[in-house]
Amino acid sequence: MQPLTNKAKQVSRKPMTFAERLYLPAIFKGMMITFSHIFKKKPTINYPEKQRPFSPVFRGLQILNRDEEGRENCTACGLCAVACPAEAITMEAAERQPGEEHLYKEEKYAAKYEINMLRCIFCGLCEEACPKDAIYLSETFTPADYQRKQFIYAKNDLLIPHPKENPEAYQKALGNRATKN
Amino acid sequence: MSEEIKTIKVTIDNITIDVAPGTTILNAARQIGGDVTPPAMCYYSKLEGSGGKCRTCLVEVAAGSTADPRPMPKLVASCRTGVMDGMIVKNITSEKVTDARNGVVEFLLLNHPLDCPICDQAGECHLQDLGYDHGKEGTRYQFARRTFKKEDLGPYIQLHMTRCILCYRCTYVADQITNKRVHGVLDRGDHAAISTYISKAIDNDFSGNMIDVCPVGALTDKTFRFKNRVWFTKPVDAHRDCQTPGCCGKATLWLRGDEVFRVTARKDEWGEVQSFDGKPGWICNTCRFETKKTSEWTIEGLTTISRHSVIGANKYKTLEMPKETVKEVMNGVEPRLLMDIHSISGVNDPSVHLSEIDRPAKKDDFKK
Repeated sequence: MQPLTNKAKQVSRKPMTFAERLYLPAIFKGMMITFSHIFKKKPTINYPEKQRPFSPVFRGLQILNRDEEGRENCTACGLCAVACPAEAITMEAAERQPGEEHLYKEEKYAAKYEINMLRCIFCGLCEEACPKDAIYLSETFTPADYQRKQFIYAKNDLLIPHPKENPEAYQKALGNRATKN
Repeated sequence: MSEEIKTIKVTIDNITIDVAPGTTILNAARQIGGDVTPPAMCYYSKLEGSGGKCRTCLVEVAAGSTADPRPMPKLVASCRTGVMDGMIVKNITSEKVTDARNGVVEFLLLNHPLDCPICDQAGECHLQDLGYDHGKEGTRYQFARRTFKKEDLGPYIQLHMTRCILCYRCTYVADQITNKRVHGVLDRGDHAAISTYISKAIDNDFSGNMIDVCPVGALTDKTFRFKNRVWFTKPVDAHRDCQTPGCCGKATLWLRGDEVFRVTARKDEWGEVQSFDGKPGWICNTCRFETKKTSEWTIEGLTTISRHSVIGANKYKTLEMPKETVKEVMNGVEPRLLMDIHSISGVNDPSVHLSEIDRPAKKDDFKK
């Protein structure tokens, strides 16, 4: 039969010789490989003290964007939720009332917006689907936790800090990528 | 001797069909079905006199008839042109038609606000489909789009004049279905707008059908406004014994869970109201706006949704819930839930009944 790859190796069924039955040469050979790694460059880092830079296309925790006046961009159009392959995003829409114009950019807004981080696979399709520049995947991780309920991220967890009331935190949340566009 | 029914032959996109004399090209194409059917934004087969306004159904007539095989000099509106024996029509096979239709779509979108993320019609909007098929991504229009304030047409209907493409369908509904028309198109040209005189309320029993015939999101259901996106609701066919004369009582319910978020008339494959026993199935305002409980309806089954439509996305194709087998297999032990999503999530809260609110939701309506 024609093999699919040339990686197949024929297993030898010969009885072991005396030297092989001692096992010591084989153990010694294995330990040589192990000890040789002591002198090689370490591939790991000591995580909390040292941190690796993220790739410029890293897809981290979602963030809900505001415009320059601090109004929420999201209009609860549901395109992120329908694009989400993990069905992690849910929302409830509400109508903007007179007097709320400084809070929400459009006449409809997301009264509730939740991302289930247990479901999210950080594929970034929500960011691509968004027509309103409202959701972005940031450069941070989702922090680990002991309880499942901590992973249901609501609007107050996701919204970017207010650019006027809290400009420093806003700039920090924008990250390194924001200046490019 | 039975009377011979005379039919005439017409060829549309190389498909020949026999139709009754007096049929329009559009209806002949609809009898063939599929891609050769020109799109129609203003023509509505159930409304007398509709059509001829939007020009999206333009087709090329390559040969007028067997008797006079000269081509028609210009593209014709297929909804208003009758077929002749031996007529040869080109729709998608003609480059001229595609080009003209792209131009028409660009014109229709000149003043359209493209606020689809907000609009309740998104997902079932004919202009959206048309723009997707024929529109270019950009616009060449550089001037300010006309804007209007949103208006209430009676207690149930919201009019967004900015989105209107002036197809006149709703005025035909008011003329022909309801017994008095109190709204119409005012002004001319760029200023033309649908309005009621002195915002006079439309209180007729069948006024809600205007929402169904509107090809765009200009007329929308105020009781459904912003409640949910169309594609997150589940459409089911249902009927009830409606006492209103003229109401067919057969409707499509748009559900979330067991809540009826919206009631519409049943639509056929052309997006028009379905006919029952030869009569268009208009529904009355009581069915549409006031019966929003599943107990008031007899559910027949899932509505068939075209597989190209976003409405069918992420949905189970059955109404029955799958049987829970864990308890059976585990000798009566209930499965241990690690988290009940409703204990944390504020979305789809079982204690909030959006269908019982007859206005758009506010912030305070969501308790959590």
